[in-house]
Amino acid sequence: MLKILSLLIKPSSGKLLIDGAAAGDLNRKIKGKIGVISHNTFLYDNLSAYENLQFYGKLYQVAHLKSRIQEVLSQVGLNYVLHDPVRTFSRGMQQRLSIARAILHEPAILFLDEPYTGLDQNAIEILNSVLTRLTDSNRTIFMVTHNYEQGLELSNRVLILVKGRIAYATKTEGITSEGFKKLYRQHVGGGQ
Amino acid sequence: MLLRQGWHIFQKDLLLEWHSKQVISSMLTFSVLVVVVFAFAFPPSRGITEAVFPGMIWVAFTFAGVLGLNRAFVSEKHQDCLMGLLLAPCDPVSIYIGKTLGTFFLMVVMEIISLPLFLVFFDYRIVGSVGLLVLIIFLGTLGFATVGTLLGALAANTRSSEILLPLILFPIVVPILIASVKATGLILTGSGQVEQLVTWIRLLVVYDLIFLIAPLLLFEYVLEV
Repeated sequence: MLKILSLLIKPSSGKLLIDGAAAGDLNRKIKGKIGVISHNTFLYDNLSAYENLQFYGKLYQVAHLKSRIQEVLSQVGLNYVLHDPVRTFSRGMQQRLSIARAILHEPAILFLDEPYTGLDQNAIEILNSVLTRLTDSNRTIFMVTHNYEQGLELSNRVLILVKGRIAYATKTEGITSEGFKKLYRQHVGGGQ
Repeated sequence: MLLRQGWHIFQKDLLLEWHSKQVISSMLTFSVLVVVVFAFAFPPSRGITEAVFPGMIWVAFTFAGVLGLNRAFVSEKHQDCLMGLLLAPCDPVSIYIGKTLGTFFLMVVMEIISLPLFLVFFDYRIVGSVGLLVLIIFLGTLGFATVGTLLGALAANTRSSEILLPLILFPIVVPILIASVKATGLILTGSGQVEQLVTWIRLLVVYDLIFLIAPLLLFEYVLEV
């Protein structure tokens, strides 16, 4: 589903509207408004943090690229390894750089696919603070996760998908982690 | 726009190669090995050298080129970087342009270094026009890089892409190999058969044009395979 939403593959049926615009002919324009964080980082091991961000910044035509790179790197706390090759980074540092890559072009919509996989506590806190900052600046964040606690804490709406269809949708207000776990099991058919 | 995005991808690939030097070193090692093996295999008589020299240099160029082609998309598979490129607001064709430029550039560097080695090892003097020889090598390399990049993208999605690529590539580049070897032979010997030479050059130009245009229409679908 995330591949369809991020315009990587075309839907076999139905219509996709992003930011009010129909996907299709406008794909390239809409792609510039989308950021994706996946468990794969989309980063080149032999390039430094700066070179990776510079490359993606050029592809997304980010204005004032140099200062923007410094800004996002300080947001994720990686300023001190600016010119170090990514292959020397820990998994948590790579994921933080991946967050910097995804927000570099200030996307209107951010898709996250299991972003907490392999993150240390520090990286989880940084990711959460970046997500909170983005939510405060009126951006849409769409996260796929099996981490109920983090998901409920950060979101204002939750969906449960079963076999590609929305089986349950509600606002997160008042839902506890335990309660949601039960709801989840009921809908995916995992027992009580 | 298309060219600019392709240029950014080319720059990124060059930077990656500058840091690792993996591809150019393996290409150069291979071409030097070919020079040495052939130098020992054939007796150094003028007649034999004239007969086999064009074939030898194109064997070295194309097989070393395959090493470069194999790596062109492998670097994009790690950490799903190809998906990162496809998510960016650029035309998939710009990926093709960047990768073709990268392969072409590395092959040219390898050729600039290994061709003088061939001439020294075989004590060979070019009788014909050096300018025409450069043109033939340029056209042959360009054709090889354009087809190779398209097929490299196709093979990259398979498990044993490094085995598959040469198998699907060489049958398709046979016309360019024959034309390049024949034209190189005519130039090196300075035989003065201008009509034949023009025919081979025409074949190279037409082949290059076809495989410069076809991927612009096909590349997006190749990436979906």
